[in-house]
Parts: sequence; structure tokens; C-alpha cells
Amino acid sequence: MTELSSRVGEVIEASTVEFVAQCYELYRSPPLGSLVKTADENAEQYGIVYNVTTSSIEPGRRPIARGKDEANEADIYSNSPQLAKLLRTEFSAILVGHRHGAELRYYLPPHPPRIHSFVYQCQSEEVKEFSRAFEFLPMLVGAQLPVPVEEVVAACLRQMSREAEDPHRFLVTAGKELAVLLGNDFNRLKAILGRIRAG
Amino acid sequence: MTEEYNHLGIVVSGSLTKGIEVRLDGSASVEEMAVGRYVTIQGEKRRFFGMITDISLGVTDERITLSPPPAADRFTAEVLAGTGTFGTLHVLPMLTIGGDTGALIEGPQPVKTVPAHFAEVRLASQQDMETVFGGEDARKFYIGTPLDMETKICLDLPELVKRSNGIFGKSGTGKTFLTRILLIGMLQKSAAVNLVFDMHNEYGWEGSSESKHGKVKGLKQLFPASVAVFTLDEESSKRRKVSTDFVVRIGYDEIEPEDIALLRQTLNLTDIAVEAVYQLARKYGRNWVQSTLDIEDAEELPEGLNIHESTLQNLQRGLNTFRRLPFLTPHSSENVVQRILEYLDRGINVVLEFGRYTDITAYILVANLLSRRIYDQYRSRTEKATAEDSIPPRPLVITIEEAHKFLNPVVANQTIFGTIAREMRKYNVTLLVIDQRPSGIDEEVMSQLGTKITCLLDNERDIDAVLAGVSGRNELKSVLAKLESKQQALIFGHAVPMPVVVKTREYGSAASYKDFGSDEAETQKKTKKDIEELWG
Ligand SMILES: Nc1ncnc2c1ncn2[C@@H]1O[C@H](COP(=O)(O)OP(=O)(O)O)[C@@H](O)[C@H]1O
Ligand SMILES: [Mg+2]
Repeated sequence: MTELSSRVGEVIEASTVEFVAQCYELYRSPPLGSLVKTADENAEQYGIVYNVTTSSIEPGRRPIARGKDEANEADIYSNSPQLAKLLRTEFSAILVGHRHGAELRYYLPPHPPRIHSFVYQCQSEEVKEFSRAFEFLPMLVGAQLPVPVEEVVAACLRQMSREAEDPHRFLVTAGKELAVLLGNDFNRLKAILGRIRAG
Repeated sequence: MTEEYNHLGIVVSGSLTKGIEVRLDGSASVEEMAVGRYVTIQGEKRRFFGMITDISLGVTDERITLSPPPAADRFTAEVLAGTGTFGTLHVLPMLTIGGDTGALIEGPQPVKTVPAHFAEVRLASQQDMETVFGGEDARKFYIGTPLDMETKICLDLPELVKRSNGIFGKSGTGKTFLTRILLIGMLQKSAAVNLVFDMHNEYGWEGSSESKHGKVKGLKQLFPASVAVFTLDEESSKRRKVSTDFVVRIGYDEIEPEDIALLRQTLNLTDIAVEAVYQLARKYGRNWVQSTLDIEDAEELPEGLNIHESTLQNLQRGLNTFRRLPFLTPHSSENVVQRILEYLDRGINVVLEFGRYTDITAYILVANLLSRRIYDQYRSRTEKATAEDSIPPRPLVITIEEAHKFLNPVVANQTIFGTIAREMRKYNVTLLVIDQRPSGIDEEVMSQLGTKITCLLDNERDIDAVLAGVSGRNELKSVLAKLESKQQALIFGHAVPMPVVVKTREYGSAASYKDFGSDEAETQKKTKKDIEELWG
């Protein structure tokens, strides 16, 4: 399956429920809500990107504004080529499933990914396969995240719908799952539906 | 229709007495449901059959109703359908099919339990309906189709005529058409003969229709070999070009005190006047009517009669009504009863039309008088047959309209019709009562009716009267009140395995006549064969 994914970075921090990966290229993070996976020889673990950060590689040292005399942003980077080396892009993903043999399991793997595991952004076929069932939604919807969960869920479904044969059907079906999950929280449901409607 | 399409939802709660709640899936549209339709519920061991009796909407979160998505937001509405918002069906379970092999052979059984939680509910398929209502055969007669289906709902006619039955519905809903259809069925499949008191001249020769056909054929036009038309009004029959078989005259001397008792209201008689009738009849014998009319003064009354002047006047005024009815003569040499019996014995159905004499006095008098005497004959012949172990007379069904006039609580005990209704088929005679005001009929009589076929009723009391004693009555009430205003009926009772709403079979087009098998040669052959079978 790995051929179908494109490698984007490496795990630099991991726990049972999520991991943080550093991107190989500055700003080349998989977009918010996308399906990513880590793979080592034991396991493939799937996560949904919920947060992306770009910051200085040295903790405590913040970049300073440099563009006062430049015509545009690109000039800043071309005039200070070292900049790209001083900054890094990282993303956090919440774990939503793993593969056991050939079988997809929509629950947490027994062990978190190892540091330096490669991280891939899942491609069309794999997204399609993974989103054939919506059993990952409860974990996602129920997660405690430092970002608004509704945004993450909506972004995730929007992306998945693009790979579906009938995007509208896909979103309606997903919406129905959400309606059941959020049966007693109509406001949250509305917030998500409002963000996927345009599809 | 694919199986998938028929899927409706799942059972979520309920009870045997109150019915079952079914939660509709999002894919099943509430708007496509209709009360009166059938569903099947797949339980673990058996399949349940039930009727949709109510449809409602629910929400999981009250906030949905408080801040609903804007009407333009079809997406949210679509997502919510079946999840946050859902339709519920109220289903009255009626029959079960299956279980062990024994149960399969026995066929559908009355329900004794409910399906488990989450049992799958589907619209009943054509095949399901056929399993329950069976196809047409030698006993089963096609009366109509269930809502939105083409399956034929059939009545078991030999079973039907074992008891008295009723056809109800407010005016213009299709009682007459239904009756005509049912009479044809009985004529073809029940081995019973009919005697129809045809108040409005609709059954025998030709009837009218509000539809484009204008006129519809009566029984004799369709089945000349097995129907005879008797008339009380030769002139009217001639004018309508009816081929009549017999002109009925009734002598005053055939009128008995019970007939007058029944006419108390229509003749405007006092209770005392009715009592006087019995005295007079004892005194004068068979000629009491003529003799009473001839008395000029209360003083002339023979000794021993204690009748007040005003009572006599009241009675005479009442009896004078008879003089306006030309079919009544002081004495008639023809024995009508005998003639009717001759026809019935030959397996020929008799329709007695009233011509212009459509007022209720004539109808009550004639129907009661003739039925009583025919019944007496049936009784003695049945008793004789039992004693001698010979063949009893052919089962007879007497059809009367405006049944509440004969069967209201005040008179039901006095009339022959009350007797027939109550004693079931003791002497091989049963009734087919037609009425638009069933609440006027005595409760006990209503409870004796084996099968009730009711078109739309909108009076609460009438609805209650028709459904009294039926299980699931509250649920059926909403079904009954929602029938179409024409040509739809709810049938329940002995002749059907469970209550069913039908669109009554079409009557009046050339094709319909053909479907009814109005084939002269055939009917003749069959009648002949029936007679041979019966009389050896
Ligand atoms: N089975 C039927 N086939 C065709 N038309 C029907 C049928 N039942 C009812 N109708 C239509 O409805 C009208 C009223 O029916 P009718 O039997 O005369 O009502 P009721 O006897 O209850 O007053 C008829 O004239 C006819 O046009
Ligand atoms: Mg009528």
C-alpha cells in the first residue's frame, strides 16, 4: 500500500492517541483533516491531521520580521537562504485506526508509532478504502483537541468526499452518522453540517 | 419493487394491545406511507403481519424543532431524515405466519405476542398478501384490491354466508355498488340464494351511477338465468323496461299485529294504539285491518274490546296509509310467499323492487311481512329435514336496506330480522344489512354480524358502533375515518383472516361485467349443476 502514499515526514513525538511529525519540507504539511499513516515493519497506523505548526528549530528563539525593505515575501526567503533551515513545519495527527494484516481496524493500535517512523499522506485509493466505513468518526468527534473539533471533522469529511464516487451521497451518509453521534448536541451537529454542506 | 425498496425500518417499542412503534429509516419517506397499508415484521421465529394505523414525526433533540434548519438547507434536512428527525409508524399486529412446520401448514394465525426489538419491518409484498388472503377459487371471491397494490383480496363466501353480515358507510360511499358485487359473489360461489328487498330499484335490473356510465347493469341483466325480479309497482317497472317475473300483491289479511308494532313510528301510532291492534286481531282474526277500517264509531266496537275513541282514530289514521299503497288489496288470491320460495328453491335469486313506493312504511311493512313468513317456512322445513335426516332448504340470505329501521334497540326484539340476526344460521337464513347509520342498530345485533364491510363513516357514534368489540378498535378507527369518500372499504370479521382496507372492485364498465363472468351459458350450466348436486 505504501506506493500509494507519499512520504511527507517523520514521527518526532508519539503517544497512544496521537503523534507529531516533522515535515521534510518547510510548509509541505498534509492539509488539515487529511488522512495520514505511519509505517514501520510492525504496523501501519492511521491518523487525521488536526494541527499544523511552523516555528523556529531552536526552542525559545523566535524568528524576527525581515521584510521591511523587500518587495515581496518570496524575496525574504531568497535573500536569506538559511531561513529555510532555521524553520520547521510540524503537524499533529490524532490516531483513528490501524491495519492488522489486511484488516482495517477503527480503534487504537496497541502501541503508539515509534519515533522516526515515516509518515505518509494517504492517496486516493487508500482514502477511499479507509472511508468506506465511518467507524473512525466517534474517535474523532469525541477527541479533546486544542483546536475546534468541528473544524477538523468537517475538513476531514470534505477531503474524503472528494475521493468518493458520489460525494453528495458520501457527505449525507457521513452526516447521518454524525447526527446519531451528536444526537443530543444539535448545535455541534449544525456546526459541522454547515461546514461540509458546500462539499 | 425490489426487496430493498420495501424496507421501512425497525421495531423500537410496543405492546400487543396497543400496537407496535416502528421507526422509519431515513430512506423511507413518511409521505409514502398510508394508514390501512400492510407491513410484515420479520421476527426471530415467525413473521408478523400488521396494518399501519398511524404515522407520526419525531425528533431526537428538541432543539431541532426549536431552531430548525432553514427550508433551503436541503442538505441538513436530508442528513436529519431518519436520524435526528424520523418518522414513526404505529402498526397493529394482526397475524403471524410460520414458526414450526405445523404452524406453516395451519396458515396465518392470530397474533399472541409481539416481535422483538429491532425486528425488520417491510411493506407487505404482493406475495405476502396472497399468502394471507389467498387467490380466487371456488370459494373465494375477489372483492377489491389493497391500497396501492394489485393483489386480489378475496372473501370466503361459503364462510361469509354462515352468519349475518353488514355493509355500512355514509350516503354515496359505495354501499350499493359493494352490495351488488357481493350479491354476484354469493350467486356464484356461496351456494346460498338471495332475497333482496330493493327499495330504490338498483339491484334487479339496472342501477344508476354518478360516474360517466350513468347507468349500470343490475343482476338480472348480467345473470338472467339465476335472477328473478319481483315488483310491487308494475307500472314503474314497465316504464323502466324491466323484465319482471312476478307482480306482488299483498292482502290486508296478511298483515299481522307485529307488522304494525314495527310501523309504530312511521305510522305515528301511540303505544296504546299498538296494543289495541292485538285486541282487534284477536277479535276479528285475519280480517282485522279491513274490519278496523270499517268501524265508523268507537261505539260500534264489539263487546269485550276496551279501546278509547281517540285511540281508534289514531289507529285508523295510521292504517289509512295502506290505502295509498296500491299493491295492498283487501285480499290477494296469489300466495307471494309461495312464489318466492319456488324461485329460491330452484336456486334463483329474487329481487323485489319497490317501484315508486320508496317510502319507509311500504318498505318496512313488506320486508317484515314477507321475511317473517318465508322464515317460518324455512324453520319448519329445516326442522323437518333435521328430523328426517333429509336435505335442508338452500341457505338463504335476505338483504335489507335502512337496516336501523328494523333493528333499532326498540324494535329489534319484535322483528323477524332481530331474530334472524341473533340466532345465526339455525334455520339456514342469514341477513345482509345495509345501513348508513349503524349507530341506530341494536348493539347485540351488531355484535352478531359475522363480517362487516364499511365504507367511510364520519359520525363518531357510527364509527364506534361499527367497531364495537373489535380488537384494535382505536387503531382501526383512524383507518376508517381516513377512507376515501368512495369505493374504499374496511372489511373485518369472519370472512377475512384480518381487517383489510380495499379499493372496491370496479363495477359498471363492460370490462367489469366480463370479469364478473356474466356469461349466460356458463351460469345456466352451473345453476343446473348446482341444482343437480343439491337435489341428486
Ligand atoms: N365499486 C365501484 N365501481 C365503480 N364505481 C363505484 C364503485 N363504488 C362506488 N362507485 C361510485 O360511487 C357512487 C356512489 O356509490 P353508491 O353505491 O351509490 O353509494 P351509496 O349506496 O353508499 O349511497 C356510484 O354512483 C359510483 O359512481
Ligand atoms: Mg345506495
